Amino acid sequence: MKEISDIILVDGIKYAKDHEWARPEGDTVKIGVTDYAQDQLGDIVFVELPEVDSELEKGDEFGTLESTKAVSELYMPIGGKVVAINDALEDDPERVNKDPYAGGWMIVVEPSDPSDMDALMDKDAYLEMLKGL
Amino acid sequence: MRYLPHTSDDIADMLRAVGAESLDDLFSSIPEDCRFKGELNLPQMTEWELYDHMAGLAGQMAASPEYRVFVGAGSYNHHIPSSVRYLISRSEFMTAYTPYQPEISQGTLQAIFEYQTLTARLLGMEVANASMYDGASALAEALLMAIRVGRGKKKTVAVSALIHPMYRKVIQTYFDPTDFKIVELPYRPDGTTDLSAADGIDDLAAIAVQSPNFFGCIEDVQAASDKAHGVSALSVVGFTEPLAFGLFRNPGSQGADIVCGEGQSMGIPQSFGGPGLGMFASLSKYVRNMPGRLIGQTTDEDGKRGYVLTLATREQHIRREKATSNICSNQGLCATLSTMYMASLGGTGIRQLARRNYDKAEYLKSELRKAGLKIPFGRASFNEFVAEFPEGSESSYDALVRKKIIAGIPMECYYGELRDHYLLCVTETMSKADMDELVREVK
Repeated sequence: MKEISDIILVDGIKYAKDHEWARPEGDTVKIGVTDYAQDQLGDIVFVELPEVDSELEKGDEFGTLESTKAVSELYMPIGGKVVAINDALEDDPERVNKDPYAGGWMIVVEPSDPSDMDALMDKDAYLEMLKGL
Repeated sequence: MRYLPHTSDDIADMLRAVGAESLDDLFSSIPEDCRFKGELNLPQMTEWELYDHMAGLAGQMAASPEYRVFVGAGSYNHHIPSSVRYLISRSEFMTAYTPYQPEISQGTLQAIFEYQTLTARLLGMEVANASMYDGASALAEALLMAIRVGRGKKKTVAVSALIHPMYRKVIQTYFDPTDFKIVELPYRPDGTTDLSAADGIDDLAAIAVQSPNFFGCIEDVQAASDKAHGVSALSVVGFTEPLAFGLFRNPGSQGADIVCGEGQSMGIPQSFGGPGLGMFASLSKYVRNMPGRLIGQTTDEDGKRGYVLTLATREQHIRREKATSNICSNQGLCATLSTMYMASLGGTGIRQLARRNYDKAEYLKSELRKAGLKIPFGRASFNEFVAEFPEGSESSYDALVRKKIIAGIPMECYYGELRDHYLLCVTETMSKADMDELVREVK
């Protein structure tokens, strides 16, 4: 596993305490998991995602990530309606390992409350949290 | 694995750690009047006196071969080849639990892999897990799985009244604490399930039938599957007698999504009703919702064949309270036993044995009919069937017991309307003379 200093963190996205990220794209928000999350889980073999049009609240479980030895739940960093899911992960789940912030995205949501985004951490705050773990 | 008992010092240390004075303190939550006081009534006997005593107790039981037992109903008397009994007694196979460091137990993993392969072939399914406790719990888990596949949005399961009555009780026990609902599908006069009762249920997750069903009749599994798929529900097919699939089409070839049931018939002695073997198979696309664990075959870094615990991430020791299977350990020994049995008979042997069971049961059926008994359910049956005895049959049933013939089980305790009806089973172990004697006695 990586040292905290080696974890890749990017600008322009918000971070949640359960290690999801959220990136505003127009009126919608794209969601995935951080480099720290994929590194902790190891080789991801299966990604279970919600159905398009699901209405989920902030903190709701929206899917699961399965590695060879563990399964972790995915939690909504913000509330909203799922408008797209990353179908490519079905046959190619390792994208989450290789490219967590781009090709490994999971869902796109239409936020129900735009202020949810303000409650999330920026890069520096998230890094501080990781150091405390 | 060695068994190392605790010394009295160990016990004292542990009691100190939890703040208890004595071992009895650990049971303080059990009400006083539920605890046994006094001495156990264990007779003082020498070893040989004890053998005599046990033989005397055993002699009081109505067990075959002295008794002619025409009872199946979920537990079947089949010959088990001596080779199977010998092989299973080898100590290498005796550790029955989930291997927690599985990859060092290549022999165990290979045996389970073979079990999965043979089970999947017998049931006509794409994938079988490494087994469950018994047919009843397997069926209950299958219905929960169907609800998971529907992402929990569909909360009702339709369960045939011809599924083994005790299995239905186990399903009830699993479902009672949930908000899922069970709708019972009644049976038709021909001895099969009335699927029309499933019409109009708008949140149906599964339709479950058993074939052969509790009356011994072969269900139209394809019709049940079509019905389920018509409303995007899963077709769950249970069984208590997998030998039937040696002769009749297996559920996998008739649209079933999940097939599960009791594997006792495949080489496991009846042993007063247990332990059994929960066979569980599914279509590959639902594998991640399947309970239990799967062994897979792979190659190591030197290119050599090896076996691994491929899928176990749904079990309690990994997922804690989010586990989707609450069966984490099983009777691996029973699964191994059935593997040996299935491999010993082979496809041809299973087919021939199934044929023999069917033919013998049909012989008894036709002789009873000639003797004036009614066979109320007209559908094809496998190695058991329901016969209606003349009115007041209890006394003749008891008279037969005194003559060391157990003429099936009375159906009235399970289906109140079936007074004087008995479920009779005939396997390859029953001779023509045995059957002729039964017919003579009931005439």
